[in-house]
Amino acid sequence: MIEKTDVTTRAPEQVPQTRDSTNALRPPVNVFEDAEGITLEADMPGVSKDRLHLQADRDSLLIEGDIHFDMPEGMEALHADIRATRYSRSFALSRELDTENIDASLKDGVLRLRIPKRAEVRPRKIEVRVG
Amino acid sequence: MFGSLTNFEGSLFDDLRRMQHEMEEMYGPRVWPAGIRSVVRGTYPPINVGATSESVDVFFFAAGLDPKTLNISIQQNLLTVASERKEEIPENVEHYRSERFSGAFRRVISLPEDVDPEKVGAQYVDGVLRVSIQRREASKPRQIQVG
Repeated sequence: MIEKTDVTTRAPEQVPQTRDSTNALRPPVNVFEDAEGITLEADMPGVSKDRLHLQADRDSLLIEGDIHFDMPEGMEALHADIRATRYSRSFALSRELDTENIDASLKDGVLRLRIPKRAEVRPRKIEVRVG
Repeated sequence: MFGSLTNFEGSLFDDLRRMQHEMEEMYGPRVWPAGIRSVVRGTYPPINVGATSESVDVFFFAAGLDPKTLNISIQQNLLTVASERKEEIPENVEHYRSERFSGAFRRVISLPEDVDPEKVGAQYVDGVLRVSIQRREASKPRQIQVG
């Protein structure tokens, strides 16, 4: 009898995780802007909240998520449009955006990001130290 | 777990199919006849189909659907899923990118012949619709009732 290693029975943690962007899917996005900020919506089906990774610094935004869905053990693929195991996409941000106050929500695989513009016109409160 | 649906290594059938895709890319799509119900790659929504000895499972990667708008039907071994995604985009905004699918869609998938259209289950989790169709148990004796 020929011994065959069944890849489908491997535990998820044993599946090698590739972190290079070549194996990642680019999620389709809608981006629109109003007076207060920019809204970004991305389709990331198969990504749950705990598998979503968002990273923003002063001038860039990185959106990543691992794709996961329940599959019976020993399943054989008959057809696969989605062959990647993760999504990844990055954007360059401009300076007037307030990356420290990004609001993110994820519902049914749709990620919505709200990036407000910096409130430069807002009068700044100056605290006076006593002593 | 996910690897099983993405890993095509080591299967003769899939090596042949990959070769077919490469040939199509080189010489055009007329090398082999396409299935009468096959669709071009990139049709929305993308699907994965997997099979075990008990069931055939179809995964539709369609984020942001209202499950109430899903219309799933099965006739013999033809599974049809139709729905609509309406995007509410506010007015008075500047649009930069509009890549997400919007509107109605319908996909028909031919399943293996031995599926049982009476035993279908569907669930929608994290934007992935999974339709699971049980296969007929050929070896199981069937009770036939006289009406």
